[in-house]
Amino acid sequence: MSGGQGMGASVTRKEDRRFLLGKGRYTDDIVLPEQTWGVFVRSPYAHAAIRSIDASQALASPGVLAVLTGDDVAADGLGGIPCGWQIKNKDGSVMVEPPHPALAQGKVRHVGDPVALVIAETKAQAKDAAQLVAVDYDARPAVAHLNAAVAEGAPLVWDEAPGNVCFDWEIGDLAATEGEFAGAAHVIAIDLVNNRVVPNAIEPRAANGHYDAVEDRYTLYTTSQNPHLTRLLLGAFTLKVPEHKLRVVAPDVGGGFGSKIFHYAEELLVLWASKRVGRPVKWTSSRSEAFLSDAHGRDHVTHAELALDADGRFRGLRVRTLANMGAYLSTFSTAIPTYLHGTLLSGPYVIPAIYAEVKAIFTNTVPVDAVRGAGRPEATYLLERLVDKAARELGIDRVEIRRKNLIQPDQFPYQTPVALEYDIGDYPATLDMALQAIDYPGLAQRKEASKARGKLRGFGISTYIEACGIAPSALVGALGARAGLYEAASVRVHPTGSVSVFTGTHSHGQGHETTFAQLVHEKLGVPVENIEVVHGDTDRIPFGMGTYGSRSAAVGGSAIVKAIDKIVDKGKKIAAHLLEASVADVEFSDGKYRVVGTDREKAFGEVAFAAYVPHNYPIDTVEPGLEDSAFYDPKNFTFPGGCHTVEVEVDPETGVVEVVDVAIADDVGVIINPMIVDGQAHGGLAHGIGQALLEECVYDADGQLLSGSFMSYTMPRAADLPYFKVGNHVTACTHNPVGIKGVGEVGAIGIPPAVINAVLDALEPLGVKHIEMPATPEKVWRAIQAAGGVA
Amino acid sequence: MATITLQVNEKSHAVEVEPRTLLVELLREHLRLTGTHVGCDTSQCGACTVWVDGKAIKSCTMLAVEAEGRAVTTIEGLATNGQLHPMQAAFNACHGLQCGFCTPGMVMSATELVKRNPDPTEAEVRHGLEGNLCRCTGYHNIVRAVLAAAETMRGGAQ
Amino acid sequence: MKSFEFHRPQSVADAVSLLQGNPAAKLLAGGQSLIPVMKLDLAQPEDLISLAGIGGLKEIRDGDPLVIGALVTHDEVANSPVVRQRIPGLAALAGGIGDTQVRNRGTLGGSLGHADPAADYPAAVLALGATIETDRRQIAADDYFTGLFSTALAEDEIVTAVHFPVPERSAYAKFASPASKYAVVGVMVAKTAGGVRVAVTGAGSHAFRVPAWESALAASFTPDAITPGAVAAADLRSDGEASAEYRAHLVTVMARRAVQACQ
Repeated sequence: MSGGQGMGASVTRKEDRRFLLGKGRYTDDIVLPEQTWGVFVRSPYAHAAIRSIDASQALASPGVLAVLTGDDVAADGLGGIPCGWQIKNKDGSVMVEPPHPALAQGKVRHVGDPVALVIAETKAQAKDAAQLVAVDYDARPAVAHLNAAVAEGAPLVWDEAPGNVCFDWEIGDLAATEGEFAGAAHVIAIDLVNNRVVPNAIEPRAANGHYDAVEDRYTLYTTSQNPHLTRLLLGAFTLKVPEHKLRVVAPDVGGGFGSKIFHYAEELLVLWASKRVGRPVKWTSSRSEAFLSDAHGRDHVTHAELALDADGRFRGLRVRTLANMGAYLSTFSTAIPTYLHGTLLSGPYVIPAIYAEVKAIFTNTVPVDAVRGAGRPEATYLLERLVDKAARELGIDRVEIRRKNLIQPDQFPYQTPVALEYDIGDYPATLDMALQAIDYPGLAQRKEASKARGKLRGFGISTYIEACGIAPSALVGALGARAGLYEAASVRVHPTGSVSVFTGTHSHGQGHETTFAQLVHEKLGVPVENIEVVHGDTDRIPFGMGTYGSRSAAVGGSAIVKAIDKIVDKGKKIAAHLLEASVADVEFSDGKYRVVGTDREKAFGEVAFAAYVPHNYPIDTVEPGLEDSAFYDPKNFTFPGGCHTVEVEVDPETGVVEVVDVAIADDVGVIINPMIVDGQAHGGLAHGIGQALLEECVYDADGQLLSGSFMSYTMPRAADLPYFKVGNHVTACTHNPVGIKGVGEVGAIGIPPAVINAVLDALEPLGVKHIEMPATPEKVWRAIQAAGGVA
Repeated sequence: MATITLQVNEKSHAVEVEPRTLLVELLREHLRLTGTHVGCDTSQCGACTVWVDGKAIKSCTMLAVEAEGRAVTTIEGLATNGQLHPMQAAFNACHGLQCGFCTPGMVMSATELVKRNPDPTEAEVRHGLEGNLCRCTGYHNIVRAVLAAAETMRGGAQ
Repeated sequence: MKSFEFHRPQSVADAVSLLQGNPAAKLLAGGQSLIPVMKLDLAQPEDLISLAGIGGLKEIRDGDPLVIGALVTHDEVANSPVVRQRIPGLAALAGGIGDTQVRNRGTLGGSLGHADPAADYPAAVLALGATIETDRRQIAADDYFTGLFSTALAEDEIVTAVHFPVPERSAYAKFASPASKYAVVGVMVAKTAGGVRVAVTGAGSHAFRVPAWESALAASFTPDAITPGAVAAADLRSDGEASAEYRAHLVTVMARRAVQACQ
């Protein structure tokens, strides 16, 4: 509405100023009175029994206040780190759920498994002393890679998990799928690895725990995407104290990308240790430590088959996936390869029958959980590689095979064979939009131009769908989620008309302080400058489930809108009183209450003022004050989708792949702030291109992490990427009040297969038919050599 | 312990530090200038970038004692009287930051880049920022911001 | 990082005497290699001797040879009008080391003292036939690099400058690690009145020359003179960055590109 600050306006961000002035307040910036420092002793072995821990030298080291071990954790009765989703096996039995003690008890199961916590007066003293903790390990055989972990006779990560299997899950109709394959004209098969990645938010995790003995109350400052969830898990499972005795603050957080969703042992331990030493305890991860202790992502090995009829229409899909869980089950871990992967396998296509089975496997590696996209990139990757392969082998144009199989706009709502019902979309529109943006018709000419410069140019495409707006609580409950995933908001209109919004979501780059203010402005007409968005503090915000799975605007925004609607309604009653009209005759628009059909009106600010400090108020019938709360439980997931295209140039001599053009068209639903939405897409694209070409978490067979720093794990840099062409075609989500779908993950989901498809297109003249992510120069060079070398 | 004297954001300080104290630790922990961040321990991410005698350096890879007698500028010293530097303003206008964590280092690097090369190309900006990692923006709007700031700075707005 | 004592001598002689008889002492120049390894406790000196207070090590002296002081930073080499005019290949090499911030601190002498097998300068020093000047002698580049992180320097010897003969043409081609920006393979080619020199860094345990290509290029200074096989994979490093086989291939490609860049 008014003033270019509402829906659809690229309002510059309110939060920027503090960050640009160096005045952000991140967890590690916070130093509490009497602060002490914690440093963890972590296992150098992937798998070992702990014979003994001798902390005497460390305890004698200058400044040391305590050295705490798994025995102390057990003695004090701290709970293990819980997993949030219980997955059922094919036979209906439940998954193997091994214990996850906060500090190792008896055994370590991955390099980096925390063994002891050293607390000292300074960080340097704690670090020095940590090196003096003598742990006597009895090394055991370890297993790190999926295929090795499921091999006959593989070392067991957990005795209670034979074959290292956590669960063996299935989705879809096996018989119907077999039927489609039996009658298929063509069957295309592919074997793929979805490479393991490390989330690497630039801010390393940190936690500062403070137990106040006077109030008998705990406060935790932590790098979290969802402080309320952390409080809930601390209260109910790990620290086991009532929630009113617990405050969790996630201040400014330097990126999350999934890795800061989970409740980590360090959060529990600094709180517990603070009570033990009687002073606040702060831990800040180093980057090297982050590689060994932040949950990793992806790590699937998949065999997939697509059945097609003689016309190239998809008839059936069969998928068999091994998913690495790491050594312990992290908070969302088990949901990722199942309900965020198996349910997405229909993509944007009509596929009459689908059957997928997922075996989750324990290994002696860091736990694997959600990283930007979480399950959906894995589903999209296998499907889009398979579709490209089908096109190539059947001689159908890559664009045409997609166009032919896309769900058409008039087919919505569309029930897939894998549980989801898509509400709306227009996939042909985004396909056309992306192709136009990248100038698909000019491809042949550009290929020639590249060739003249000694380069091989390739075009890649992916049409994708994702499910976000997590999550319809009843549905996810039926699927094994141990908690509903709705969202809460409170909106307080102050007497002078300014507004505070309390959201249970958390902004760590997404710009909620601006976009949610725009949402309020749109509804109430209050200028964005007069709207404060409060997030990240369980003492200030009643409840929330946090920010992940591109849910904040769709679910958290909807809760805000619901609360505002209540406020508008209440304001009508107050305005009716002020205007001496009947409530039914009062309407609200453009920030004003008006008696229908008259020029009698009251500005929203006047109503707010009257709500608090009137001289004459109908207190018997309308409660003073102008504040309300709402919980929003989505009726369905939202389904962003679109088409991602990319062009690469390969240097056939070195194997170097350069991304030269990226053009995408997404449908992320109704857009609040286009500038911010585009920014989210840009970041996701960089993340996805990183996975496709640069990033790979490598363990050796014995579980030693070989890519344990930015020296060996390649993060995308500015020079690795081009400008991105980002387009949007909006179909409004049908079941939330604003029509928002979500955008945070689209880049990471849509682009990886497009990049690899482009690399394979570039290498097609050389006879290369397959390559795995990341397509590093050596891998590309080897593929060229294996195919017979450069002509 | 050693006492070192240095200028930080045009203010003189005498600070007692252990020789092993890194410049970034001096800034963050001793002077409580927490705008300079630490994102890695191998000198790649550039979140800790500050200027020493006007040159961008990684303050995680310099000892505090090496800054003896030097003039250090941090992100807190870039704005004048609360007025954003053109680079800071351009980052805001172009949405060149999201979570804000890499931003101080990115802004310090970018500003030095433009001081050296007042009219950089897109490619020069991308290469010039190779010492700074950002996970949020895909660099798209950072590059736009740097080019926009360069234009402003060339116009003498600084 | 372990505690250490910090020294800031005012002369090379004082620095040498601090080093003498103290195997737990280390020299600190720009610190861009040493400080990272100290932070990871991979180096734990008890005495750290900063060269920053010593005058006379920061100069670039025009002439043939071109003399560059040990404490001249990579950035100063890259942007020195003298170096850019006399040996543009060297300026370009320096401008491609690490990143801006590293180049603003890292020094020529520090790089040569550290002798990282993936550093760039060793290729320049070898290909240009430079002479390394120390507090006590001159060392020919060919005698300087002796192994992985090891050099001909005595325990207490300090690099003070490097003398670079000015070539007719020279160029460096680098295949950088996408993660660390160190050289997976770097090849410097220099054509001088006395012949052609080709030096490779990143590929082996230390920088080395390739005599077969040098004579081939002396006969015909064209990229085609570089034929595969002169550098065998068996002699090269294999690590997470690249296999020896791929490195051997890259050496050939980078050598050709360096020659091309000389044209």
